[in-house]
Amino acid sequence: MTVIIEVPSPFCGVGTDDLTIQVDGVTLKVTENGCAVNTPAFEQAIGDTSPRIAGKAVSLQEAVSKAASYLKDTKQPVIGGCATDVNGMRALLSLADRCGAVVDNMNFTAARNNFLALQDSGWMNTTLAEVKNRCDLLLVVGTDLESFAPRFFERYLWVQEAMFLDDTNQREVIYLGKAPSGIASTSPAGQQPKVVTCDNESLPEVVAVLRALVKGQPIRAEQVGGIAVSELQAIADKLKAAKYGVVTWAAGALGYTQGELTVQVLSEMIKDINRTTRCSGLPLAGKDGDQTANQACGWTTGYPARVRFARGYPEYDPYLYDTNLMLANGEADALVWVNAFNTKAVPPVSDLPTIVIGRSGMTFTQEPDVFIPVGTPGIDHAGHAYRTDNVVAIRLKKLRESGLPSTAEVLSAIEHALKET
Amino acid sequence: MLIKLTGGRVYDPAGGVDGVIKDIYIKDGRIIDKPAEANIEKEYDCRGKVVMSGAIDMHTHIGGGKGNIARTLLPEDHRQDPVARTDITRSGCGHAMPSTYVTGYRYAEMGYTAGFEPAVLPINARQAHMEMADIPILDKGGYVMLGSDDYFLRMLTAKKDQKAINDYVAWTIHSAKAIGVKVVNPGGINAFKFNQRKLDLDEQNSHYGVTPREILRVLATAVKELGISHPLHVHGCNLGVPGNMQTTLDTIQGIGGLPMHLTHIQFHSYGTEGDLKFSSGAAQIAEAVNRNKNITIDVGQVLFGQTVTASGDSMRQHANHKYASPNKWVVMDIECDAGCGVVPFKYKDQNFVNALQWAIGLETFLLVDDPWRIFLTTDHPNGAPFTSYPHLIRLLMDRTFRNDVLATIHPEAQKMTTLASITREYSLQEIAIMTRAGAAKLIGLKDRGGLTAGYCADITVYTDNANCQAMFEKPDYVFKDGELVVVDGKVVHTLWGTTHVVRPDFDPSVEKDLKSYFDRYLTMKLGNFKISDDEITEDGRGSLTVHPLRA
Repeated sequence: MTVIIEVPSPFCGVGTDDLTIQVDGVTLKVTENGCAVNTPAFEQAIGDTSPRIAGKAVSLQEAVSKAASYLKDTKQPVIGGCATDVNGMRALLSLADRCGAVVDNMNFTAARNNFLALQDSGWMNTTLAEVKNRCDLLLVVGTDLESFAPRFFERYLWVQEAMFLDDTNQREVIYLGKAPSGIASTSPAGQQPKVVTCDNESLPEVVAVLRALVKGQPIRAEQVGGIAVSELQAIADKLKAAKYGVVTWAAGALGYTQGELTVQVLSEMIKDINRTTRCSGLPLAGKDGDQTANQACGWTTGYPARVRFARGYPEYDPYLYDTNLMLANGEADALVWVNAFNTKAVPPVSDLPTIVIGRSGMTFTQEPDVFIPVGTPGIDHAGHAYRTDNVVAIRLKKLRESGLPSTAEVLSAIEHALKET
Repeated sequence: MLIKLTGGRVYDPAGGVDGVIKDIYIKDGRIIDKPAEANIEKEYDCRGKVVMSGAIDMHTHIGGGKGNIARTLLPEDHRQDPVARTDITRSGCGHAMPSTYVTGYRYAEMGYTAGFEPAVLPINARQAHMEMADIPILDKGGYVMLGSDDYFLRMLTAKKDQKAINDYVAWTIHSAKAIGVKVVNPGGINAFKFNQRKLDLDEQNSHYGVTPREILRVLATAVKELGISHPLHVHGCNLGVPGNMQTTLDTIQGIGGLPMHLTHIQFHSYGTEGDLKFSSGAAQIAEAVNRNKNITIDVGQVLFGQTVTASGDSMRQHANHKYASPNKWVVMDIECDAGCGVVPFKYKDQNFVNALQWAIGLETFLLVDDPWRIFLTTDHPNGAPFTSYPHLIRLLMDRTFRNDVLATIHPEAQKMTTLASITREYSLQEIAIMTRAGAAKLIGLKDRGGLTAGYCADITVYTDNANCQAMFEKPDYVFKDGELVVVDGKVVHTLWGTTHVVRPDFDPSVEKDLKSYFDRYLTMKLGNFKISDDEITEDGRGSLTVHPLRA
């Protein structure tokens, strides 16, 4: 039995890297600094280690050959999931380039709210260490931050000391939209957050009014989405008075159509505030390899991870190349599902030839044509993953000797087999 | 395999060869002397052709987060230049901020065999190396950015001695796997986080009380004392501000004779004369560069068209966002380490300021005497994409062409430049110095940038052409480490270059205080921050090449 310290997590999105994990053979136990997201993700037991073709155990080589034979004559396969490390994405993009596939990260529809805003008008954002040392006001919009990242407050707000704040207890937290599900946002001194709630569907109106107030535009209405305009005025005043305000949201939590407009209004509001003081956005993501997929796809193709290679070169369409739409519209002729992180995130059920490169332990309601269990980056092999703030890539450690291949090894082998045939 | 390049006219400033007809022999990736027994396995007829070593871009933004933000920001730009896969090359996109694979192919197709990313944030160094690992053919390396990081500024405020600073700088170079040190708007990126909107050379950071002048002195001293070949790489204060010529002159004077490289100096050479209060300071800057032998510069030439500016200078990029075209932009504060700003620009020949920027860059090239101390850059992609280098070379080598273009730019800008009166035309040897021998010497690359025996066989063969743009756009052959990678301006074979680094000594006890700082204030453990060698080499493609320190 060994104990490994300072283990970085690819699961929580906020780059927790202080976990202590006890390794006993292939069994892991998080003994320090675990949380509701990380502990089960690390401790998930290994399931099958043998690849299967139509449910029958086969060798890795047979499974790879079979997968290649399914892909050989496809015109437009879809590679969905895309939840892996940087090397896994490199191999995935190389395979997609060769077989003219669509590449679609499973969280892209959520992330699209951010990308559409970014690509239309841009933003001013920050990263976690700046939050930790500078943030004197945190505005959380439409998101239950502590269920997203249970240790966010402990690690980045209620820290013992910050370089540029006399007392971290004095930080102010405001929730707009959703109320927090727990008490993580209450400061160690007992200061509770200010919570201003509204329905999710009212958020577009509410943030639009907030931005108008920040700009000093007159608002005739007395309330919006059930919130008194005077309450929003108070938030606007605090944002303008803060030295380093931070506005955070999870794009996936804005679960209404045209959520990108909410992101855009928030981002433009932040730009407005920066005319006189400092304020930054902090979009929350970094789960299921989403930032990793978007970064690697970004430098390889120029576009984030919803692209198609069918014409020989990458094309980006944030709507059309959605895995579920491609399947529903009969536009795909094979499905490759890649998820090395999450056994619960299984491929959509489909009549198409389905190849799953999945974390060992994944179970299916419909057995895929080919299943190749792989190791998890940061557990079974070393690798790289991106945090929510998109600047910091963390170096994932290998914790145990499971014998499971990496995503990169399997996808490269499939591409190699395709080349040979 | 023994390869012979027969009868080419060789321009090899590193070897003191200036346009001499000479055979070149290659064996096992290296250039060798004429072998006693000539079992030539492959011969290339280079008669009538020009032979140079592979070109080296000493300042080009090819790896790191801001470049990927620029890519993500501009899908419409990529759609103008889709690049399809072939049997030997990967697909991608080109133009302003090309995908990594296309970056490698297009550099190689112009005869370049190495590129250096000048703005590697320590906390983003992993990304820089991962992106550069996906750039085929080229060798690469990075200059690590310091000077706005809170750890360094705290050291200055605490009056730590130079030795302590040197240890921190050396430790950072190791951790980030760099070959040089850069400073961007010294202390200004940090000041912007405290809501300062400008920072002059002698203006104090409102929190730390230190000035850019002090930061430059301390860092330039560290680089010199550590024996790092490449002088401190400086993106100065007040980028783009009319009148910043004086800041630049003061910066040169203020460094007190220490080696210093002033990068994209065109953006720092502006006066305030004329009706529009914007004028060329190139003559004064060039004179100062000519006089101060401790100074080297690269130009950061502006060329007309759509591009995107991606810089660590969050303060100045925020100020310049009002010129964004298309109107979208990103500014980030980053990890108590640095920041970045990404602002798309469309430089227009009929815009007075843009036209004069173009002229200022060319004046600088033509007025600086010593080609060993000036380097050909557009600060890719900030002044223009790197693919415009052949056009830029023609502007430098062909006065008639230059004056023809000059006659088409904004008329007021024509009146404000002395360009028409400058008769200088660069020679092939001078181009070879700026883009090969000089760059290798500046960075301290052992065995690169020359064609004498023992050098790596990175070689470019061109067909001489009165139209030197056409000549430099389409080399006949490019060899990388002795392997033929380009024929007639097209990639025929790909391989993976190495990553160049230096490893200055430091006292390991530097980590004691750093560890405590990381634990208290940063978001990553010290041990997880440092980049290990195997992160570069584990995929079987990458390698590290360590270059010697100055004696």
